Amino acid sequence: MSPLLLGVEEEGQSRVSSPSVECISQNGLGIREWNYLGLSDFCSVDSSGVPDDNGNNLNLKATELRLGLPGSQSPERETEHCFLNSGKLDEKTLFPLLPSKDGICSSSQKSVVTGNKRGFSEVKGTIYTEKKWMGHGAVPDSQSLQPVSHGKYSVAQASVKKDGPANLIQEQPCTSNGTKVNRTDISNNSSAPTANRAQVVGWPPIRSFRTKTLTTSSKNNDEVDGKPGPGTLFVKVSMDGAPYLRKVDLRMYSTYQELSSALEKMFSCFTLGQCGAHGTPGKESLSESKLKDLLHGSEYVLTYEDKDGDWMLVGDVPWEMFIETCRRLKIMKSADAIGLGK
Amino acid sequence: MNYFPDEVLEHVFDFITSHKDRNSVSLVCKSWYKIERYSRQRVFIGNCYSISPERLIARFPGLKSLTLKGKPHFADFNLVPHDWGGFVYPWIKALAKSPIGLEELRLKRMVVSDESLELLSKSFVNFKSLVLVSCEGFTTDGLAAIAANCRFLRELDLQENEVDDHRGHWLSCFPESCTSLISLNFACLRGEVNLGALERLVSRSPNLKSLRLNRAVPLDTLQKLLMRAPQLVDLGIGSYVHDPFSEVYNKLKIAIQRCKSIRSLSGFLEVAPHCMSAIYPICGNLTFLNLSYAPGLHGNKLMKLIQHCRKLQRLWILDCIGDKGLGVVALTCKELQELRVFPSDPFGAGNAAVTEEGLVLVSAGCPKLNSLLYFCQQMTNAALITVAKNCPNFIRFRLCILDPIKPDPVTSQPLDEGFGAIVQSCKGLKRLSLSGLLTDQVFLYIGMYAEQLEMLSIAFAADSDKGMLYVLNGCKKLRKLEIRDCPFGDAALLEDVGKYETMRSLWMSSCEVTLGGCKSVAEKMPSLNVEIIGESEQMEFNLDDKQKVDKMYLYRTLVGHRKDAPEYVSIL
Repeated sequence: MSPLLLGVEEEGQSRVSSPSVECISQNGLGIREWNYLGLSDFCSVDSSGVPDDNGNNLNLKATELRLGLPGSQSPERETEHCFLNSGKLDEKTLFPLLPSKDGICSSSQKSVVTGNKRGFSEVKGTIYTEKKWMGHGAVPDSQSLQPVSHGKYSVAQASVKKDGPANLIQEQPCTSNGTKVNRTDISNNSSAPTANRAQVVGWPPIRSFRTKTLTTSSKNNDEVDGKPGPGTLFVKVSMDGAPYLRKVDLRMYSTYQELSSALEKMFSCFTLGQCGAHGTPGKESLSESKLKDLLHGSEYVLTYEDKDGDWMLVGDVPWEMFIETCRRLKIMKSADAIGLGK
Repeated sequence: MNYFPDEVLEHVFDFITSHKDRNSVSLVCKSWYKIERYSRQRVFIGNCYSISPERLIARFPGLKSLTLKGKPHFADFNLVPHDWGGFVYPWIKALAKSPIGLEELRLKRMVVSDESLELLSKSFVNFKSLVLVSCEGFTTDGLAAIAANCRFLRELDLQENEVDDHRGHWLSCFPESCTSLISLNFACLRGEVNLGALERLVSRSPNLKSLRLNRAVPLDTLQKLLMRAPQLVDLGIGSYVHDPFSEVYNKLKIAIQRCKSIRSLSGFLEVAPHCMSAIYPICGNLTFLNLSYAPGLHGNKLMKLIQHCRKLQRLWILDCIGDKGLGVVALTCKELQELRVFPSDPFGAGNAAVTEEGLVLVSAGCPKLNSLLYFCQQMTNAALITVAKNCPNFIRFRLCILDPIKPDPVTSQPLDEGFGAIVQSCKGLKRLSLSGLLTDQVFLYIGMYAEQLEMLSIAFAADSDKGMLYVLNGCKKLRKLEIRDCPFGDAALLEDVGKYETMRSLWMSSCEVTLGGCKSVAEKMPSLNVEIIGESEQMEFNLDDKQKVDKMYLYRTLVGHRKDAPEYVSIL
């Protein structure tokens, strides 16, 4: 089962501020947006997984396995920061700029910069941990994270595997803090990088001109005319009755069946809610077959808006053609879908 | 030497064009020094702070062409705060005041203001050529000044600059009398251009050989331009989006076929992949193809295009070509010398990324390969060893594994052996960039074998000071060393401070060097500027000598501390 990614505007890719805003706002809704490994039901997520203050933050940090890339806080480094930054450090830790669920210590900019040196023994330690996990290969869905391509919400394979055990417990398969700490944005907003390669300042070593240009062009492609960007094709998915939209990367799937299952998982909480409302007594987890019944049965149909702006029923054309023309998806109530080219 | 009059020697020196050779010539004796300096027309200054404009002007009164580089290389990746330095204005001001008749100015990683461009345009009657690479600080108003005032302008070449685009009118500033253009490259501009003015300009430029358009130039304009300039050798297409069944597209096909001289093709900033067949007729002649800004072109359409390019010598591409696509390159482009594969999705785990397999295929199929820049998902020692065997002619080998400390995924070993094989096999290697999991061992190899190495970039590597020491001791020709996030400390830094005078510069960031260590270098070597670069917003605080320095940049200089450093840069 391919995981779904929260689509985030690609314009944010080289700017730290917008993704963090998005993260925060999503958090505000109490949604665990990283739960795309499908490790638990969306709505039954234990909100304690979201550290909302710094206390939690540091605890999680202690238990977290990291690659130890720049930004990892080895104890000596932190003391030095306190030395240097007195005011700054306190301020930043009190107001984490990113949801600190992943144990990001969003400490001062200084820590981003000077904390870059990781303890090398730390690195070695974590590399071997990684090896162990690679050996087991049992981390669920870590493989499926491979094709994930969206910048901010993807993660280096290594760190995924390492996060294995932590993942299962904390349900945070991927860091959604994949914001590149861009020098130009440090003054706006700094998020201390964690073990995510996307976090490392100045890595990969690509001219910022190039990054900006490609970001703009793929954003244009994605959003404006639905042309595929390099390897990703994010489209919005709305569902009648759902309070907010989701985004899926159509390139993650190769058949309608896969897309359908993914959408089922993504929107299951809304249908759960529906069930509850219809009197099904407080069932927390609906079996998949029941879900399918809801979606495949008479309740809902999956439709899409094509390049010409028409709403069509999903499933009529070959998959390849579908992804070339699909601009948005909508899960409609069957009642509303009458008249769509059946 | 005494038997030849000066004029004869001068004539002989005319044939010596390489900067290195001319520098050597000037060191032979006083009389050669004198003759050389009066006859020198082209000067290259790799670090604008190593010398002053006044001294340049004093020594080379016949100067016509100046190349200047400003910020350190890692500034490209946002590791250098914004206003660190590299201002061109003082140079232009000094040159303008002097009798020097500047004709060509080439700048890289410098801060260029509109004021400088205006001054430049008004001060040198015969100014012919402006090339700006990776510069910033100017707007299209500055370009308008160049267009309007440089009556004999031949070349305006803007590569990957951050330009504040005030929209279109600068092109209209080229006067009707300007017919001398040979090269016009404005691909990096993001704004609209006056298409009519562009067409007229191209029409009255019979010598135009190189034209690179920006995204705002649509296909129908392209078609008109090509009709007027079939003599083009280098073409950069802006927008390539159109309905393949339209009249315009047919006209384009005809126009392209007339352009039999095109050898270099780039751009495709917006592309409709189904229109690529119009390009096929010229593909067979291409020696340079740059599709690194064309993420819309991938898969089969891309491969088909490449299959037409049998004479390609340089290919710049995005990694969405995939290993399979690189296999097509290997089969088709037997003349390939330079390959650059850029990441299309640098911060993700893109499913179209390339791996070691693609590189191995290319190395096997393209024996002339000598220059590589390769961003990939992973690399193995076995692959590197194979590549080293297949291609012993590498001059530039820059590998970037997107996860910077990733080991060999097959053996979980560091990549020491792989890179070791590269340096051992490629005896002419001048530039090397490392990545992946690396220990001190790789540096031992580099020190032992990389005798011609001039530039080395290291990130997240090594276990101890020994790594840096191996390199400093072994690489006699090293000129530029840039290091980030490695455990090199004062012991390595201070081992041989004299070495730094033989190099252009050393960059160390997020390493283990302390302020005390840096001070020590500065004390022992007055001919070096040792800069400690802080953060733009950082407050002043007293740093103790044991404090680890976040960013240090040192370089040799003949003119002491620079006066234009911002507050957060401390020159020891």
